[in-house]
Amino acid sequence: MKSILSFSLNGAPVEVLVKTTDTLLDVLRESLGYTGAKRGCDAGDCGACTVIVDGLAIRACLAIALTMSGKEVVTIEGLGKQGDLHPLQKAFHQHGAHQCGFCTSGMIVSAKTLLDKIPNPSQDEIVEYMSGNICRCGTYVEVAEAIQAVSGGKE
Amino acid sequence: MTEYVGKPMPRYQGLGEVTGTATYVDDVQYPGMLYVKVLRSPVARGTVKGLDFSDTLKVPGVVGVLTADDIPGVNIYGVYGDQLVLNPQDLRYKGEPIAAVVGRDEDAAQAGVEAVKLDVEELTPVFDMFEAMKPDAPIVRPGTTSNLFEYDEQGTTTRIIKLGDVEAGLKEADHIVEGRYIEAIQDHAAMEPQVSVALIDDAGRLTIHTHSQCLNYHLAQLCPVFGLSQSKINYLGGRVGGGYGGKNEINCDHIAGLAALKFCAPVKYRLTRQEDLAYTGKRGAWVFDYKTGVMNDGRIVASHIKEYHDSGAYCGFSPYGTEKCGMFASGPYNIPNILIEANTIFTNRYPSISMRGYSVLNGQVAADVQMSRIAEKLGMDPWELRFINAWRDGDMGASRYVVDGVGALEAMKRAAGMAGIELPDKLLQMSSRSR
Repeated sequence: MKSILSFSLNGAPVEVLVKTTDTLLDVLRESLGYTGAKRGCDAGDCGACTVIVDGLAIRACLAIALTMSGKEVVTIEGLGKQGDLHPLQKAFHQHGAHQCGFCTSGMIVSAKTLLDKIPNPSQDEIVEYMSGNICRCGTYVEVAEAIQAVSGGKE
Repeated sequence: MTEYVGKPMPRYQGLGEVTGTATYVDDVQYPGMLYVKVLRSPVARGTVKGLDFSDTLKVPGVVGVLTADDIPGVNIYGVYGDQLVLNPQDLRYKGEPIAAVVGRDEDAAQAGVEAVKLDVEELTPVFDMFEAMKPDAPIVRPGTTSNLFEYDEQGTTTRIIKLGDVEAGLKEADHIVEGRYIEAIQDHAAMEPQVSVALIDDAGRLTIHTHSQCLNYHLAQLCPVFGLSQSKINYLGGRVGGGYGGKNEINCDHIAGLAALKFCAPVKYRLTRQEDLAYTGKRGAWVFDYKTGVMNDGRIVASHIKEYHDSGAYCGFSPYGTEKCGMFASGPYNIPNILIEANTIFTNRYPSISMRGYSVLNGQVAADVQMSRIAEKLGMDPWELRFINAWRDGDMGASRYVVDGVGALEAMKRAAGMAGIELPDKLLQMSSRSR
C-alpha cells in the first residue's frame, strides 16, 4: 500500500510514492536518488543522515516519510554545489575537516543549523551541538576549526 | 615539491564529500536491482543436517536462493585460502554464511531467509585460547587434530624470535618482573557499513562496485570463486567510507557477484549496522606473558615473551599478524637477550583481521605497560627507565635488524613537553645518536 507524499525538497516541490514504513532517508536515497544523506546506522545514533526539516536538524533515518507532508526539507545537496559552495562546505574543504567523507554531509548540515541558531558559537557550544555527529576517522578538531572559521560570517 | 611538503592541501576528491555528490557503494543504484540477505549460522559450532528452501521460494518477492552448489569456481577465499564463501556443512562460528536469498527488495529477501528450514546439530564450541590449546579441546577445523596454526610442513606451531641467551640474561639480572597483558577484540566500526553492488556490464564483464581497501589483492581472491579471469571482472573501487583494515576482508563482493552471475541482474548486498558489528572481522584478541630481567641501574638485560593470538575460526590475517607482532613485542628498547615465542590459536569466534597499526601496536602496548610495571618495581621514574633503554642508532632489534635514524628519545622529550612534564637535565641531555 503506497501513498503520495508531497513536500518541498531543497526549495522545489516533489511528489513521491511511499510506503507507510518508509523513512525520510529511504525516500531521499532510494526513491529520489538524493544520496548525500548517508545510511550509517539506520538507528538514529550516528548523525550521517542529518537533514533540515522546517529549520531543524533531524535524523532522516528516524523520520517516517509520510510525516513530512507539506514540510520544507533541505539536504546537503541544497546547501551548495561545486562552483557555488556554501561557506561551511568551503571551510570543511579548506580545513581538511573530512577524511573518508562518509559523515561529512551530516556534519555540515548540523553545523548549518548551529550557525542559524547561534551565529557566533563558543568552542564548548560547537562541541556540545555537534556531539550527535560521529566521525570514526577523528576529524573533530578540524570540524570545530571549520565551524569557527565561518561563524559570525567571517568567511 | 617543497611547496607541498609539510603544508595542508585540500583533500583529493574532497569537493564531492562536502557537497554530498561523492558516490559511495551504497549510493549506486540500477533499475531492476535485486537485493541479497544471507542465512547465517545460528550456532558457534555445529553441523548442518537439513537445508530446505521450499517455503522460502513461496515468499512474495523472493527471486531465488544461492547455495554453495551455485558457485561456478571454487568455494574458497581468504588470505590463507581457508574460508568458505557459503558453508553448507561444518559451521565454525556464529554468523558464518550458509546460503543467500535474493529478492526484489531487502524485506522480501529477509523474509525468505527467515522461511528457510535449517536443521543444525549444535556442537560444543571453544572460545578461550587457553582452553583451545588443551589436548581434549573441541577441534575448530574439522579434519585436523589441534587448534594451533602450523607454520610449516613439519607442523611448527610456535614462531620463535631469538637474540642472545635469554636464560643467562635472566640469571644475571638483579630483578625479574613478570606481567600478563590481555587485549580484547576491537571492531573497526567504519561509518560506511559493508556493501557491494554487482552486475553484468555492457561488455559482458562482471562489474563490482566495491569499497575494498586492496583491490588487486581481493581481485585475486575473487577470480577463482567466479571462475573468471581478471579481464572478465571490472572491479571498481576508490571510494571507501572508512576502512581502518576492516575492508581488507571480503564480506559482500563475493556473494553479490555470485548472485549477479546466477540471476543476470544488478544485485546489491549490504549489511545493516547490526550485521556489520556482529558478523565482520575484528582485531583479534591477544594475550602476552612477559618475564623481564633488569639491573639495579635500570638496564634491561633479558626479555622472555610468550604471545598468544586468537585467530577465530579461520586464518583471517592472523598467522601473519602473530609473526609481525612478535618482531616488535620487545618494544623500541635495546635488550641484548630476547626470546619471543608466538602462537596462533583457532577458536569458534569470528575470523580476526587487520586493523589500524595491525599487530605491531598490540605488542608495543604490552611492552610499554610492562615498562611501567618494571619502573614501579624498581622505584624508578618511568621516563628515566625508558630513556635508559630506548634504542640509539646502531642498536639491534629482536629479529636482528640494526636500527638507524632512531627518534625515540626525541619523540619522548617532545611528548613530555606537550604534556607539561619537566624532565630532569640528565634525560634531556641524552640523544638517539649515542649511548
